Amino acid sequence: MEMPTPDAAIVSRKARIVRRLLQVLPEDAVIHEPHETRAYECDALTAYKCPPLAAVLPASTDEVAAVLRVCHEEGIPVVPRGSGTSLAGGALPTADCVILGVARLNEVIETNYDDRYIRVQTGRTNLSVTGAVEEDGWFYAPDPSSQLACAIAGNIGMNSGGAHCLKYGVTTNNLLGVTMVLMDGTVTEIGGAHLDAAGYDLLGVICGSEGQLGVVTEATLRILPKPEGARPVLIGFDSNEVAGQCVSDIIKAGVLPVAIEFMDRPCIRATEAFAGAGYPDCEALLIVEVEGSDAEIDNQLGLIGQIARGHDPVELRESGSAEESARIWLGRKSAFGAMGQINDYICLDGTIPVSELPKVLGKIRELSQGYGLDVANVFHAGDGNMHPLILFDANRPGDLDKAEALGAEILRLCVEVGGCLTGEHGVGVEKRDLMEAQFAPEDLEAQLRVKDVFDPAWLLNPAKVFPLSVTASRRVAAE
Amino acid sequence: MIRPESEADLAEAVRAATGALHLRGGGTRAAGPVAGEVLETTGLTGITLYEPGALTLVARAGTPLSEIEEALTAENQRLAFEPMDHRALLGTEGTPTIGGAVAVNASGPRRVVAGACRDSLIGVRFVDGSGTIIKNGGRVMKNVTGYDLVKLLAGSHGTLGVLSEVSFKVLPGVEATTTLTLEGLDVATATKAMAAAMGSPFEVSAAAHLPGDTPKTHLRVEGFAASVAYRAGRLRDLLTPYGDIVMDEGPGPWADIRDARALADAPGDVWRVSVKPSDGARVAAALPDARLVLDWAGGLVWAAVKPGTDLRAALEDIPGHATLLRAALETHARLGRFAPEPAPLAAIADGLRAKFDPRGILNPGLMTQSTS
Repeated sequence: MEMPTPDAAIVSRKARIVRRLLQVLPEDAVIHEPHETRAYECDALTAYKCPPLAAVLPASTDEVAAVLRVCHEEGIPVVPRGSGTSLAGGALPTADCVILGVARLNEVIETNYDDRYIRVQTGRTNLSVTGAVEEDGWFYAPDPSSQLACAIAGNIGMNSGGAHCLKYGVTTNNLLGVTMVLMDGTVTEIGGAHLDAAGYDLLGVICGSEGQLGVVTEATLRILPKPEGARPVLIGFDSNEVAGQCVSDIIKAGVLPVAIEFMDRPCIRATEAFAGAGYPDCEALLIVEVEGSDAEIDNQLGLIGQIARGHDPVELRESGSAEESARIWLGRKSAFGAMGQINDYICLDGTIPVSELPKVLGKIRELSQGYGLDVANVFHAGDGNMHPLILFDANRPGDLDKAEALGAEILRLCVEVGGCLTGEHGVGVEKRDLMEAQFAPEDLEAQLRVKDVFDPAWLLNPAKVFPLSVTASRRVAAE
Repeated sequence: MIRPESEADLAEAVRAATGALHLRGGGTRAAGPVAGEVLETTGLTGITLYEPGALTLVARAGTPLSEIEEALTAENQRLAFEPMDHRALLGTEGTPTIGGAVAVNASGPRRVVAGACRDSLIGVRFVDGSGTIIKNGGRVMKNVTGYDLVKLLAGSHGTLGVLSEVSFKVLPGVEATTTLTLEGLDVATATKAMAAAMGSPFEVSAAAHLPGDTPKTHLRVEGFAASVAYRAGRLRDLLTPYGDIVMDEGPGPWADIRDARALADAPGDVWRVSVKPSDGARVAAALPDARLVLDWAGGLVWAAVKPGTDLRAALEDIPGHATLLRAALETHARLGRFAPEPAPLAAIADGLRAKFDPRGILNPGLMTQSTS
């Protein structure tokens, strides 16, 4: 993976740049000593590392604006950073950049149950947004696996999803308004507590723009009353095809579960060895969760059971209690941890049309054998968002390259069958060079034009999302 | 009039245009004072992909909405966002198209739980102002690959590109619908009742208030029959403090509310006001002489007012925005269809238009506003 050559002129001006940053921020908010900047050298894509020139931790929108004005005047690239949990390298620095971390922006500004929203500073973690309202019976719906640590800023940057988005949508469907600072320090207010913002849908294009259009410092988020209850059913099958057909039939029957999770045999075996959730040793396993009152849940689980039985499952286990629910979810929730115990892994995030599931799983198995690397599959089946985990040994020379090549082939396959490279993690640097597999040059050009408008100098997170060759002329012209 | 019958012809027509183009789908919305040669998308028709098991439908932009709804109904599915039919309110004819619904981000009563049109939209193909065909998004419902131009195009009223194909996430149909109705509430009390309902776990799928001689407040519950009966019952108990509740099974008044039909025969101009739901009552108080329909639990107010009224001035203190939908050309010209935007956002909008329509030929002036 290639990154642009750091601008030597910027690096040589480090002392002056740090001095200017210290004029607009308190001393403890500017991190510039080499042993300290290393803390920001990577995010959760740990294969790539590079300490930034400096990192700043502003504590208000005004401070963010002041920092951006300095960086704009100095022509320094800025890489915004939430909590650094990106699996795609969205917050990976370059040696000539300033990391702008939002961790100190973590307050709840307003909670309004009559109008069903919460206004927060965006350094607040996803789970602590729900934490601020759950005692009153409310929650914030998007629930990425990293929700304990990940920041709302990062959720907005990557348009994060989670297990429950089949029913509740992803971040973009739950975002009502933002305060966003442009690269030149201009503070903008977009949307608000009303349901549809005026003018063009700028919120829609900001959400998922990976920190390339502006720095979002505050967000108004839709909150929802908690359902009366939720319970899953676990269904095991002899084949991936049949499991895929069962998913399709459940959806066609008019049930809209909050989650339909799918695990394949390699994943089931690994999680059993790790967590001992008592899963059957079968080819494919579904966990389907529904919500409502006890009677409503019984009804829906009854209907799902009826559909599943038509497909001759090897196991069908309806949860009747909180304990049983926890047991059913135990294996799924420890899947990534279980994989981490066995091996290093790359977690892919391609989405495919649900109907292509059996074909794609078959093809992944062939590819996996061809490369001699195991692949375990655990994913959100209701919306086709796959998470193939490619297992490799980071200490074995050449293994990472091989794993990345296999990953690229799997993602190309996702695109070929009508899907996309990333469903909820974002492009970052990880999938940057595959963008041309999904988009024609004019499709990419249309996206670049949007960045031209928001960030004409191409200073915000400039080396991400698009292949470097595609953005080269813009990055050079802007210098 | 230009009426291309393929995406390639559409691109060619835009490339070849030497002046302004007045874009339209089925022509059910009067676009206001837009000059230029009419370019209509009704020649681009047909559902190109429908997979009920994947909740996915793709159609060409000029496909009549009725054709899409028929195909979905046959599989017991539906569009989540209940696109409105503008004909009664605006006194227009023609056939609503799916591309037209997307171009204006038409979103009905279910907006409060299922989101707007833009939330169901998962892919677009469009032709920009230079005649280039561009695609964004696709046919899968989770997709964060590159920037989301899908949402940018939804509600852009043709000013950033002419839609040629649109893809949707659709929803299962429902077995039963029950509408709960309260009578006689003033607007302030009605918005409180609607907020209480929306804040309950009983999945209210629509909440509207119709003021008048006998004010009515409606709440909708949808789903499997047993579940609807249960939730409607719990809601009735919850709302007892607000008065007697009548429960009706069946489709209820929602198509009329969606289309703001109560204002169809009201004289004067018609505005569409978007505010936070509890401010619906403030809007009503600020417009004592207006005829109103409040949807989205109070967050969407349709107002019929005296011709020429500057409604934005009357609502200046209330955060949100107002769109002028029905008025004389002179009023449109004076007040503008869309609310003026703060300078930084207006600059971004201008910048986007200049990039996507460098010659300024796509519905020119329709979304251009002086800054506030």
